[in-house]
Parts: sequence; structure tokens; C-alpha cells
Amino acid sequence: MTQPTAGALLELSGVRKRYGQQVAVDDVSLALREGEFLTFLGPSGSGKTTTLMMVAGLQQPDAGSIILRGKAVDRLPPYKRDIGMVFQHYALFPHMTVRRNIAFPLEMRGTPKAEASRLVDEALAMVGLPHHGERLPRELSGGQQQRVALARAMVYRPALLLMDEPLGALDKSLREQLQLEIKRLHRERRMSVLYVTHDQSEALTMSDRIAVFNDGRIEQIGAPADLYERPASRFVAGFVGETNFLTGEALGRDGNGARVSLAGVAMPVSDRFLATPGSRVSVAVRPERVRLSTTGEGVPAELVDLIYLGNARRFVLRLAGGAEWTALMQADAAEASEIEPGQTVRVSWQGMHATAFPM
Amino acid sequence: MRGRAPDPRFWLLLPALLVLLVTFVLPVGGLLARAFTQPEPGFQNFALLWERPVYLQVIWNTVMISAAATPVALILGFPVAHAMAHGSPRTRRLLIFLVLIPFWTSLLVRSFATVILLQRRGPLNTLLMNIGVIDTPLPLIYNLTGVLLGAVQTLLPFVIFPLYSSMKRIDPSLMQAALTLGAGPVRAFLRVYLPLSLPGLMTGATLVFISMLGYFVIPALLGGPQETMVAQMIQDQIAQLGSWGVAGAMSFVLLAITAGLLALLHKLVGLKAVAR
Repeated sequence: MTQPTAGALLELSGVRKRYGQQVAVDDVSLALREGEFLTFLGPSGSGKTTTLMMVAGLQQPDAGSIILRGKAVDRLPPYKRDIGMVFQHYALFPHMTVRRNIAFPLEMRGTPKAEASRLVDEALAMVGLPHHGERLPRELSGGQQQRVALARAMVYRPALLLMDEPLGALDKSLREQLQLEIKRLHRERRMSVLYVTHDQSEALTMSDRIAVFNDGRIEQIGAPADLYERPASRFVAGFVGETNFLTGEALGRDGNGARVSLAGVAMPVSDRFLATPGSRVSVAVRPERVRLSTTGEGVPAELVDLIYLGNARRFVLRLAGGAEWTALMQADAAEASEIEPGQTVRVSWQGMHATAFPM
Repeated sequence: MRGRAPDPRFWLLLPALLVLLVTFVLPVGGLLARAFTQPEPGFQNFALLWERPVYLQVIWNTVMISAAATPVALILGFPVAHAMAHGSPRTRRLLIFLVLIPFWTSLLVRSFATVILLQRRGPLNTLLMNIGVIDTPLPLIYNLTGVLLGAVQTLLPFVIFPLYSSMKRIDPSLMQAALTLGAGPVRAFLRVYLPLSLPGLMTGATLVFISMLGYFVIPALLGGPQETMVAQMIQDQIAQLGSWGVAGAMSFVLLAITAGLLALLHKLVGLKAVAR
């Protein structure tokens, strides 16, 4: 269990929420450090947005506590919590100009007019829209609207910025551009950010830490590299990044680490999980860790397809036993391998790059 | 004179247009024309309206009663429309059903039912006296209260549906955004929700006001002499005095007020460009 964390800006412990019979959030505990960019990643219905809504005060937890800057806020309404929020569909006030949208939170706080006007100018410049103040939201593109929403949520410097799939409604190139911009603002303004997304590559790109949600619980919380290289569960391995899975039988350990029998071949795996010899396990290997050779040890496989990706090649393989895997190789390595579709190859990997999850 | 052949679908509209022409445009046009032609050509009917205080009084009454009913209907209808727009589908269906029920009942039957309910020794007064809220029966009928109570219940659908269609388009996350930005519920409502529901409010208010201007049954059954409205006066002029000219002039004034209001509404809602 998470212990109370000293110096945490936001702390959730034992937070639960149910809708009727449906458990939406089940015993979520976590701490967010000052200045940290923490992302809730998970499929839809995993409880990530509900948890964010409870932090915002737009949903009430059934149990547990939410502490912001050392103060319990779970009974405070949203307007008394020191937060800013960016919504997926921008939620700009359609009847107000961009300026008046951004000035709204300042006005609610009674900021003097001159000061407010200066802060709005600064916020508009910050998001790169210095000349759009007099426009109405509907006169702006989606990306510009989300920048305005960002400026509006940051202009009063809340303790914590909440973002609910803020880029979900934008197309890919705009999304990538805004990802970088949000990162820049986070860095420059030293904002603490709680970010929700179902897009794992977005989470990996942007976050200091990621909390992976599944079925209302946090499966794993850690730095992007931790999640990617050392997933704590089969779910995390499958959800964060691309992963090949193969079912096999645990063989136990020898001098070189743990071994697993896959399609009758003994293969090395990391010894992070100790499975009883003879039990069934699911072995996970990332495509870029898969090695292909025409000779030597490994699981036999047929090369079904070779996909050209420009800077890399994707090998589509059918392993003995029927599982479909992919292997990713940089262009020069792929060309050097001289493997053609239809050919039978051996699939192998280094033990440290394979994880055997108990089933 | 060789225009393009009309869209064949035009012919499908023709029967309805003919019915409207024969039963609406021609007779109403005829009545309005009589204002200027009977008993002799000229503006003497309008001069009469202007000279006799009783006519002006009735026109003034009509406008004031309609103006009083409008805010009452808006305030009562607003929460219903809100629940319809943002409630569960079940709530929405139930409310639409309840709001529509009055349309299935004759206006006359409903008005007489209201008479029974509101009369001096009616169920409402009896109840209030039994629970000790009042000592003597309240004068609920044959006065302005009676007219307003009767009118508002028949007019509610006219505010609820336009409001509902405005509110349905208000993204609920706007209110959430206002709350997270530091606005309490009242300020969030006044600054965000209310302005965005303005088109519905304006349409509802205009519909109520204009329908009320022409009310006949309700002021006749539930009002007293003080609450005589233009429609009753028109009826008296024709049925009892046979003066079609004065009736035509009054209809003309009623129509002018209505047209003026519609023009104003169009200008306001068109210009303000509120919410989408």
C-alpha cells in the first residue's frame, strides 16, 4: 500500500466510486509530486476519467481521501479547489470572445481589471495566439480552441492542471504538435499536471510517470521506461507499446536465469516473476527485441509478410503453434538479414527482454 | 414569361395552401379590410378606438395581462425544460408526455375544471382553510389571478419546448468548466447557462405573449370585467353590436402588435448571434 508521501502535491488514498452495481474506481491510491507530469493511461471505462473528475470535484468519491497541498478537498466543490481543467471538447464558452473566456477565471477571483488584462495578454502570447483575443471560439480551428482552453486553465496559475483527453478530438499531426507545446508549457511554468489519455504513445512521450488503469484499478505506476521495459502485468505489457505473446510452460531456473518451454523449445526469460515449474505462463517480447536467424537456436517460425516502413521493416511471423508475431528491424539490419517471405526462420531473444507472466 | 418548370413536389403543397387561402387568408383579410370600409371608407374605426377610453383600456389590459403571464410561464417552464434537456432519457420521455397531456384535452373542459378548482368554495380554498393557512377563502377566480393561473397552465408547453431545444444544445461540460474555473453554481448559471439558453427564452416568451394576446376562453371563464381582453371585445362587437368595422380595427391593432413583436424577436435573436 502507498504510504503518505512527504511533499506530495496531490495524494489519493483508497479512493472508490461506484455507479449502481458498477464499480468505476476501486481502491485507487497515488501521489503526485510538485511539478510532476503524471498521466492516467487506460482503455475507456477503466476509471481514469472518473478518478480525474473526483480530483476536480465534479464527481464525489464513495470512499477514500483526496488531499491537495496538504488539505483534504474531497468535500470541497470544484470552485473552491485550486485546480484548472482542460476538457476533451474544449468547453469554451461559445458566447464569449477568446479574451473574455480567458479572463473568466480571473474575474471569478476578483483580479483587478488592469492586472487581469495583462495576464490575459500574457496567456494569449504563451499559447501563440496573441492576435486572436477578439474572435469567438467558433471562429477558431480545433487546435486553436484547445490552446485557448489551455490558456484559460493556466492563466490563474492553479496548483494543479487537469487534462481530460485534451487532444482526443484533434488529428494526428496537430496532436503531436500540441503534445510538444503542452510539454514546453509544463516545463516553462513548472506546472503540476494530471493528464488522462487512452493513447499509449502520447503517454510515453509526455509523462514523467504513468499510472496504467484497468478495471477501476491502477495496474502499475512508474516512469515510461519502467512500464515499457518492466511491465508489472500482462495487461500493462499488452497496453503500453506493442508486444508479442506466446503461451508456454515454466521450466524453472538454471545458472543463466529462468527458462520456459515454448513450442517444445527451451527459451530464456527474465526471472522477474517466479512461476512454479510446470505451470502455464504467457511470454511477452517486444517486436524490436525479437531476433531472426536462419540457423541456430530459437522457436521455428514462417515469415508470412515483410512490411516496408521506410526507416525500418516489419516482419510478420507465424510461430510453431500458430501465434502471429511481429519483429521490427532497422533498415540496414533487415537488408543484411536477407530473409524472404515464405522462408522458415528461428525466433529468439535475450532473456532480459522477455517476461513470463503467470496465467 | 417562360420561367423554369416548378419542382413537381410543389403540387403536393397546393391543397394545403388552398385550404389556408380559403379558410384563413381570405376571411381574415376580409375582416381587416372592413376596418377601413365599414360603415364607410376611411379611418373612423381607428379614430373611435382612440377616442373611447374603454377600447384603449381593453387593449392595454390585454397587453398587460399577456406581459404578466409571460415571466410566470418562463420561470415555471425553465426547470422543466432543464430536466428534459439534461435528465436521463426516462425522465425526458416522462416529462414530454406530461407536458403534452394538456394538448389532448379540450381547452373548454380544462378551463371549466380550473373554475371548479379555484372557486370560492372549491377544493383549493377548502384545503388551504382546513390546514389553517387562511381564514377566509382567497379570491382566486374572476380576477387577474384566475386568468394567470388558467393561462399559464395552457401556455407552459410553448415555453418548455423552445427552451428544451435551446438547452439540449448546451454542452454540459460548459457548466463543469465554469465550476473548475472558480464560478459558484449561481454565477456559473448567470454567466454561462442563462445567456446560452437566451434564444429559447426569447422564442418561448414571444410565443406565450403572442398566444396570450389572442386568448378568449380563459379570460371569459376565469376573469372578471376588469380582465376583459381584446378577443372578447371583438366577439362582442360582432355578435352583439354587429359592428364589423370596429372589430376589424381591433383585429388590426392586435395583428400589428404581434407583427411588431415578431420583427423585434427576429432582430434580437438574429443580431445577437447567441450560441451557435
